[in-house]
Amino acid sequence: MGTILKVSNLSKSFSGVKALDNIHFELKRGEVHALMGENGAGKSTFMKILIGLLAPDSGEIIFEGQELRNSNVGDTLRRGISMIHQEILIIPELTVAQNIFLGREKEISGRKRWASGWLNDISSDKKAANLLQEMGVNIDPKAKMKYLSVAQMQMVEIAKAISNEAKVIIMDEPTSAISDKEVETLFKIIKDLKTKGVSVIYISHKMDEIFEISDTITVLRDGKYIATQSASELDKQSLISMMVGREIDHMFPESNSEKGELALSVRALSKKGQFSDINFEVHAGEILGFAGLMGAGRTEIARVIFGLDKQDSGEIRIKNKSVINKTPRQAIENGIGYVSEDRKGLGFIPGMSVKDNTTLASMSHHRKGIFINKSGEEASTTKMIADLRIKTAGMDQKVTYLSGGNQQKVVIGKVLLASPEIIILDEPTRGVDVGAKFEIYKLIRSLADKGIAIIMISSELPEILGMSDRILVLSKGKQTAILTSEEATQELIMKYAVA
Amino acid sequence: MDKSFRLQRFTQYGIFLAFALICIALALSTPRFFTIPNLMIIGTQVSINALLAFGVTFVIITGGIDLSLGSMVAVAGVTAAMFAHPDTYPLLVPLFAGLAAGVFFGAFNGFVITKSKVPPFIVTLGTMTIGRGLALILSKGRPISNLSDSFNFIGGGNVFGIPFPIIILIIAFMVCSVILNKTVLGRYMYAVGGNEPAARASGINVTNVKMWVYTLCGLLSAVGGILLTSRITTGQPNAGAGFELDAIAAAIIGGTSTSGGTGTMTGTLIGALLIGVISNSLDLLNVTSYYQQVVMGIIIIGAVVLDSMGKKDR
Repeated sequence: MGTILKVSNLSKSFSGVKALDNIHFELKRGEVHALMGENGAGKSTFMKILIGLLAPDSGEIIFEGQELRNSNVGDTLRRGISMIHQEILIIPELTVAQNIFLGREKEISGRKRWASGWLNDISSDKKAANLLQEMGVNIDPKAKMKYLSVAQMQMVEIAKAISNEAKVIIMDEPTSAISDKEVETLFKIIKDLKTKGVSVIYISHKMDEIFEISDTITVLRDGKYIATQSASELDKQSLISMMVGREIDHMFPESNSEKGELALSVRALSKKGQFSDINFEVHAGEILGFAGLMGAGRTEIARVIFGLDKQDSGEIRIKNKSVINKTPRQAIENGIGYVSEDRKGLGFIPGMSVKDNTTLASMSHHRKGIFINKSGEEASTTKMIADLRIKTAGMDQKVTYLSGGNQQKVVIGKVLLASPEIIILDEPTRGVDVGAKFEIYKLIRSLADKGIAIIMISSELPEILGMSDRILVLSKGKQTAILTSEEATQELIMKYAVA
Repeated sequence: MDKSFRLQRFTQYGIFLAFALICIALALSTPRFFTIPNLMIIGTQVSINALLAFGVTFVIITGGIDLSLGSMVAVAGVTAAMFAHPDTYPLLVPLFAGLAAGVFFGAFNGFVITKSKVPPFIVTLGTMTIGRGLALILSKGRPISNLSDSFNFIGGGNVFGIPFPIIILIIAFMVCSVILNKTVLGRYMYAVGGNEPAARASGINVTNVKMWVYTLCGLLSAVGGILLTSRITTGQPNAGAGFELDAIAAAIIGGTSTSGGTGTMTGTLIGALLIGVISNSLDLLNVTSYYQQVVMGIIIIGAVVLDSMGKKDR
């Protein structure tokens, strides 16, 4: 296996702050190379430089024996470096085939040069169909992109990269929004790519995946190169300690909270096409985990309880009193808080400050008549920043500029200030780096210790197992089991999740 | 702080800087510019556009738009004029009638927008035409003249040598700034425009907020309509045509983003003043109005380019 890409002494600063400091990286032909590091370690800056979106301050990138210099995205694409972005970039109203060949319509039209401006949909549909078939995925090239699932869109992006004759494909968190089954398909495609000599740079926070798919692992920390090792020589623990620079032995805090009074009970809750006959109880001080595959109906149940959607039938009782939450406003008044899985979409207002976001759901406690109680608001925010250890330049910093973990803490702070008795946390550590994950776990446990009833939805089984007092497992919209933390194992949960 | 933060600060104050530089340049190039009478003229000319711009700033901050401002000016103006003939009703009646017409019109905009989920652009495009028609119906297609002296004082009178429209402008500016910065409603406007689903999930009654902004916009347009009617001493059904575009331009020049979530009243005031100062000075410099329009267009685009530079590189 020869080297296809060699990076040496790469540095990049943003107004004096070193984002990348002397990075080394060597990619072999046909290998899957995982790039690991906490958020802010410099992974995205590095990738942006590789695909020509940013120019490095110094250092050298040799691709297939030639130095890449002053290249833009078009150049690197033509040379064979493609990136599958975390937030998939597609045009929803165009078809699959039109998306795959976007920008290259003339090349694939098969017409003479003077007529190549005339679209040739027949040829592009056929080429797309062949391409998708070769990958072994069943997607109609004539389907509009907007009707595809996230996983299918990803496949289309990969098809696009292959059709571009990509020699290096960068995948940024490709599994963050797809189900386990779809991950299998993705991994099969990656293995196929390997045999064809295509190299993959794989970025993910999910440890199990990394060990399953990658040959080599490079770790970055605080913009510095830490090490490159073969995946078979590493284990989880040593990889984590390389990433965070310290050992984390007890990832999950001990459960020592007393189970208190009944906080929330749900009876025969159903919503057509999403879930049916859901029954459970959560007590004060208890963490109830919601496990299941993508699309099992976990988020949908949370949305109904929080008043974002309406149920078709069934009853929600808070402290043994029947309630109907028509809007999130009513749910909040009834003592429910919701930390959404969709942090950017439902969690915070990007353009507003840490303070304005933190107090947004509790303005009723921070007002004097029609006016905002400024000092009260500042006091609450100061307390939340201290309690949740939010790392921010100040309470007037815009939330967009915070790291994923700190954004999540702001959202949790917002929910807490509305003094809820029941909190639903939906994928609370998605897109959060390892160090911050640990802090969020401690925080969730301490909330339970204070007597808050907690529902935690998570797709990460270790997280569910480590945090929950009881675990409700869902499969295709049906409740298949409620397990105690003593009896639950990864295998048992998976058994019920696919039941 | 990092680069983007500094650039953001620059664009925030860039408009002030640009305004100050233009004023200095004008003061140096034409001695007539920086005289009290000329400044009063500018203030009076700017006042109506600024009032409408304040209203539309509320709307744009929530991510909406209001194209019916000019029609609301006409409806409110004509309604007020109908009750403003000498020796008929006391002054409060035409004022109240005009303001009520604007409030009703604005609330109607808000109602249709929140109930139908049709984009505000389309709804207010429709109500713009409806409003113009209403103004013509109410006035039977003719200007309503012969208005009382007390009514005509609003747009034409002076208090301590300061034109009354300028006083109204200053009061409206202060009230609108307080609403935006110090009240819960103002905070919610930014939240709704910044990320509407997240605002709803935070327990904010988004429908309420939108009803408020369109109603406020109607109210401010009505104040503008009454001022205009009083100044030209006639209720003109065709008055205010195209005013919405100047008002939106003032808000945008002042840094309000059409994608919602940002904007300040101070910025909008400067935007309106900039438009006023430039057309005034181009008059003083004997530039024909054809060129004035070209210059104005360049300024609008320039301001937005400056603004988007601050947002890059997040």
